[in-house]
Amino acid sequence: MHASSVVLIVLVLAITVLGFAAANWRRTGTLDHMHEWALGGRNFGTLISWFLIGGDLYTAYTFIAVPALAYGAGPIAFFALPYTIVAYPFGILILTRFWSVARNRGYITAADFVRDRFGDRSLEIVIAITGVISILPYIALQLVGMEVVFRQLGGVFAVGNGEVALAISFILLAAYTYTSGLRAPALIALVKDTLIYITIICAIVAVTHMFGGWSGIFDAAGKALAAKPKPATLLLAQPQYFVYGTLAFGSALALFIYPHSITSILSAKSRVVVQRNMALLPIYSLLLGFLALLGYAALAAGIQVKNPQFAVPALFAQIFPDWFAGVGYAAIVIGALVPAAIMAIGGANLFASNIFQQFSSTRHPGQTGIAKMLTLAICLVALLFVIFIDPQFAIYFQFLGGAWILQTFPAFVLGLYTNWFNPKALLLGWIAGIASGTYMAVQTHYAAAFPLHLFGDGALVGYGPFYALIINLIVVVIATPLFNAARSTRGVDATSAADYA
Amino acid sequence: MKRNAWANILLLIPFVATLFPALYNSLEPRLFGMPFFYWYQLVWTIGSGLVLALYIAIVRGGERDAR
Repeated sequence: MHASSVVLIVLVLAITVLGFAAANWRRTGTLDHMHEWALGGRNFGTLISWFLIGGDLYTAYTFIAVPALAYGAGPIAFFALPYTIVAYPFGILILTRFWSVARNRGYITAADFVRDRFGDRSLEIVIAITGVISILPYIALQLVGMEVVFRQLGGVFAVGNGEVALAISFILLAAYTYTSGLRAPALIALVKDTLIYITIICAIVAVTHMFGGWSGIFDAAGKALAAKPKPATLLLAQPQYFVYGTLAFGSALALFIYPHSITSILSAKSRVVVQRNMALLPIYSLLLGFLALLGYAALAAGIQVKNPQFAVPALFAQIFPDWFAGVGYAAIVIGALVPAAIMAIGGANLFASNIFQQFSSTRHPGQTGIAKMLTLAICLVALLFVIFIDPQFAIYFQFLGGAWILQTFPAFVLGLYTNWFNPKALLLGWIAGIASGTYMAVQTHYAAAFPLHLFGDGALVGYGPFYALIINLIVVVIATPLFNAARSTRGVDATSAADYA
Repeated sequence: MKRNAWANILLLIPFVATLFPALYNSLEPRLFGMPFFYWYQLVWTIGSGLVLALYIAIVRGGERDAR
């Protein structure tokens, strides 16, 4: 067995032990309480939250897909930078408000808030279902990221196309998440992100040394991009400007309304911890930018892979000694397990509290059994999804998930500021947004992985889900006075202004 | 309130600086051999972190004054 395989196995076993041990870490009460199991006791400070939220938002799939896009299509991949830059000034506004109202009223999901704000049960269910459906393909993509590493390693890992190794790691993940709840990914995130930072810093030092600085890398990468079947340069073409901007902006609006973001944000112990993290998390964006540049380094190093997702793992194999490549692979695999665990918890919370109302955590916080079982179920569905369905379908489905979750923006995000909207109008807007977003995605063949080919050459080509959100908002604004005039019964806002401060 | 309104304007800076690639889609000037398009965006990751740190200082100062 290769040294890299041994290193990977040892590190994955080590974090598994850590995952189970996490059950007793910083324990403030019984684990049979939802706020303990699902939100780690709502008691994480600045540093732990930084690792947890960073480990949650910057997933293994991001770390595979962004350099893969740079390798395959050039500068468009760097939309990941404006995306993860503008997400934070937006996040600091909405998340501090949401954190406060959630703490004051004991919410664990966005749908909990929407229910109280608009007093409408069907709106609550719709928001919850959108969250669950968007999170499933996101978990599946983490598995796709792990599979890439297992196939790169070969040997025992490649048995059954990597699916045996995948199933084993995911069963371990489900087991310690069931036992320890959010504390497991929080503790593992400390290890994961340390490994990621070390790997990327070493890779950057190695490649800049290899090519005698950045100019060597960019020159060679520029030549390789020009020689692609669909040639690109080191700069954006002018028709790409609008896509670049709207893709970054639309993705940033969606980032913090995903259920897994909500889960990790609500585990912070105070409003200040949330604020400080918005200022500190861009350090991960810097890391992501350098990682994208590794896609260029792979081009410069002449790495030839059929599937661009293998570009960075293949680069690690070429530039690192075997054992250290194992550290890099472990960073990606563990990097998939952390967000997958948080996503499973976030999805389970929505199911338990908002879809099956009788298990609502705000009503029965002492009941974790259902949420724990649902976490296992969600992990299983994601695993079966990847094993039995073409991974390409998971990528399409995740693009759709991004379009759909963005349609909860008016009820959740604007709802944090105003209860002016009529809940029936919000439902109608949601339907319009989901329908138009899905239609546009199908029309453009979901090519989210390569937006370059996606949006065609028409005037003002942009990020489809963003257009869908605009349609959604227009419907909500027009329909609200109509429903009000029709004296449609509206629910009562259970929150008060003081809850948001 | 006036103080927070100014702070909110501060939050627009990262949007304006990074969402319009026409502003920075250029090879020159290079930094350590890296084209402008790339290092400009990398610098803004830290730049926006600093903008947010300033925002927090102003908003929290405002909350203290209000007490």
